[in-house]
Amino acid sequence: MRAFNTIKVALRALRRNTMRSILTALGIIIGVAAVIAMVSIGNGAKAQVEAQVASLGENVITVFPGSFSAGGMRSGWGSASTLTVDDADSIKREIANVLGVTAEMRDRAQVLANGLNWNTQIMGESPDYPSIRSWPISDGAMFTDQDVRSVGKVAIIGKTVTDQLFPDGNVIGQTIRIRNIPFKIVGMLAAKGFNLFGQDQDDTVVIPYTSHMKRVSRRPNINSILVQAASADAIDKVQQDITDLLMQRRKGREQDFTVRNQVELAQAATATSQTMTLLLGAIAGVSLIVGGIGIMNIMLVSVTERTREIGIRLAVGAHGRDVLLQFLIEAVILSSLGGMIGILLGVGGSELVSMQTGWPILVSSTSVVVAVAFSAAVGMFFGYYPARKAAQLDPIEALRYE
Amino acid sequence: MAAVVKIEEIHKIYDSGEIPVHAVRGVSLDIHRGEFVALMGASGSGKSTLMNLLGCLDRPTRGRYLLDGIDVSRLDRNELADIRNQKIGFVFQGFNLLARTTALENTELPMMYGKQRHSSREMRERALRSLEIVGLSDRADHFPNQLSGGQQQRVAIARALANAPEILLADEPTGNLDSKTSVEVMGVFQKLNAQGITIIMVTHELDIARYCKRNLILRDGRLVSDVLVPDRFDADVEMKKLKEAETAAKLTTA
Repeated sequence: MRAFNTIKVALRALRRNTMRSILTALGIIIGVAAVIAMVSIGNGAKAQVEAQVASLGENVITVFPGSFSAGGMRSGWGSASTLTVDDADSIKREIANVLGVTAEMRDRAQVLANGLNWNTQIMGESPDYPSIRSWPISDGAMFTDQDVRSVGKVAIIGKTVTDQLFPDGNVIGQTIRIRNIPFKIVGMLAAKGFNLFGQDQDDTVVIPYTSHMKRVSRRPNINSILVQAASADAIDKVQQDITDLLMQRRKGREQDFTVRNQVELAQAATATSQTMTLLLGAIAGVSLIVGGIGIMNIMLVSVTERTREIGIRLAVGAHGRDVLLQFLIEAVILSSLGGMIGILLGVGGSELVSMQTGWPILVSSTSVVVAVAFSAAVGMFFGYYPARKAAQLDPIEALRYE
Repeated sequence: MAAVVKIEEIHKIYDSGEIPVHAVRGVSLDIHRGEFVALMGASGSGKSTLMNLLGCLDRPTRGRYLLDGIDVSRLDRNELADIRNQKIGFVFQGFNLLARTTALENTELPMMYGKQRHSSREMRERALRSLEIVGLSDRADHFPNQLSGGQQQRVAIARALANAPEILLADEPTGNLDSKTSVEVMGVFQKLNAQGITIIMVTHELDIARYCKRNLILRDGRLVSDVLVPDRFDADVEMKKLKEAETAAKLTTA
């Protein structure tokens, strides 16, 4: 009852100074809204990066060639041409828990068809490629192992290339010329969008890697090997097995390749956005603290201004604790109310930003809960000092205060 | 009959400054139920200090104070607050009502800090009854700034009565009021006293003291006079006289 009365008294006091209460809460409102908007935008960016990483395919392990050194100068990873088709074949043959393997070739070339031409990326892959990349064929079918063995002149094309060369959309069975060699289009890849690095993944033509090596790029070594592990748990083991196998195949020479898995890639990619989220959140957090100091400031003014009121309350029998509680509750109500309005503003604001800029946002319930709990704590923390000052007043002095 | 207020050789010494101030120097006093006492003295005589001691707002340095049989001279801050809440009703010179708070809510104030629980409705009813005693039940929802000085002081009296205290302590209750309103407020006090409420009042106005039954005079922290008032003023009679005088002076019409 006594606590209930105290809450009632605190609410009355806030209502009596509506304007001041709103202005005081404004600091917290802005702080909480900023925290939520910033964290939402940061989380959205992170989620987008994660989705892009996932679009690389599930449980994918990538083998890159190593560096090469010539005359004492060593170049970086991927510069050497040390991976062979045999390496890819041996992985497929000898390593357990592998769903698919593809030897990858990459090159850029001018492509002609339909009286139009377009410069695009030519990928040499195995038939496992669509399943490894979780990239379905939307029309037609993937070329087969037979096409790989026979160095077939068949191609799968991406959405962007389709749009550029075949505006009427009729692609299957058509012929495109890559470096003047005709390839028959047997399938079309579903649209996939941009990758982590902002490249249009649909701007590509996929042909058998053998055809790429013998007809297009005319290179004996492959650019990379993609391996799909059977499960997420198997990734580490498969990765180690690949390393062991390839080392064994190199018969004591130094390691000239590197094996990466998708998790590492994802970590590297999300690290930036995580840092950004943290940074933005910290900046917004500072404004929350400033809001808290605003509350303390107003509460101190309020205690001074209401010294007589405190004196009257003490005279008619309020304990110091009642007065402490009254002012503390006022501060906590101000900050919690500010927190709740801040949530609405923060969520609304981040929706607005997302609508205006097209950035993805993700309002996490954690950030909402943390913001509210933090704002109440701010009220408690910054309200305590003025409240205690009020509670320790001497009733005689307080009554005499002008 | 046992005394409601019994103080024995009470002293108060303030130690805060360079020289200790001996504000009350051994006062002994019995006040019985139903008394109406005026405590008088020049400024610096110690009457405010004695009032604070009687009101349990302060503790004596030496001596004993029994309020309604309870020794309150050694109670702590919170125990004193409870005593003030239950046994004492305060009326101040400056009314000390909470601003922007209705007369009713002001009157409810002591009940908020009471030991026994009251429902909101019960508090409201009791507050209304108090306001009725001082003749202001029709002003329950008015704010202090919508009331005259005399009405504000009557709200303060209603607040003091809210917890049915043993004694009513009034510190210069007419100090901020004009003579007519002073008579009006003294009339309220006389009426309450007639109903059996014990009242102790600090005043420096001799004519106001004549509305009380007993006059105490304090000088240099000591009680120098303690007399019964021989020919008390009756507020009703005085009010009638004032009105007649006003009519004669054409201030108001009869």
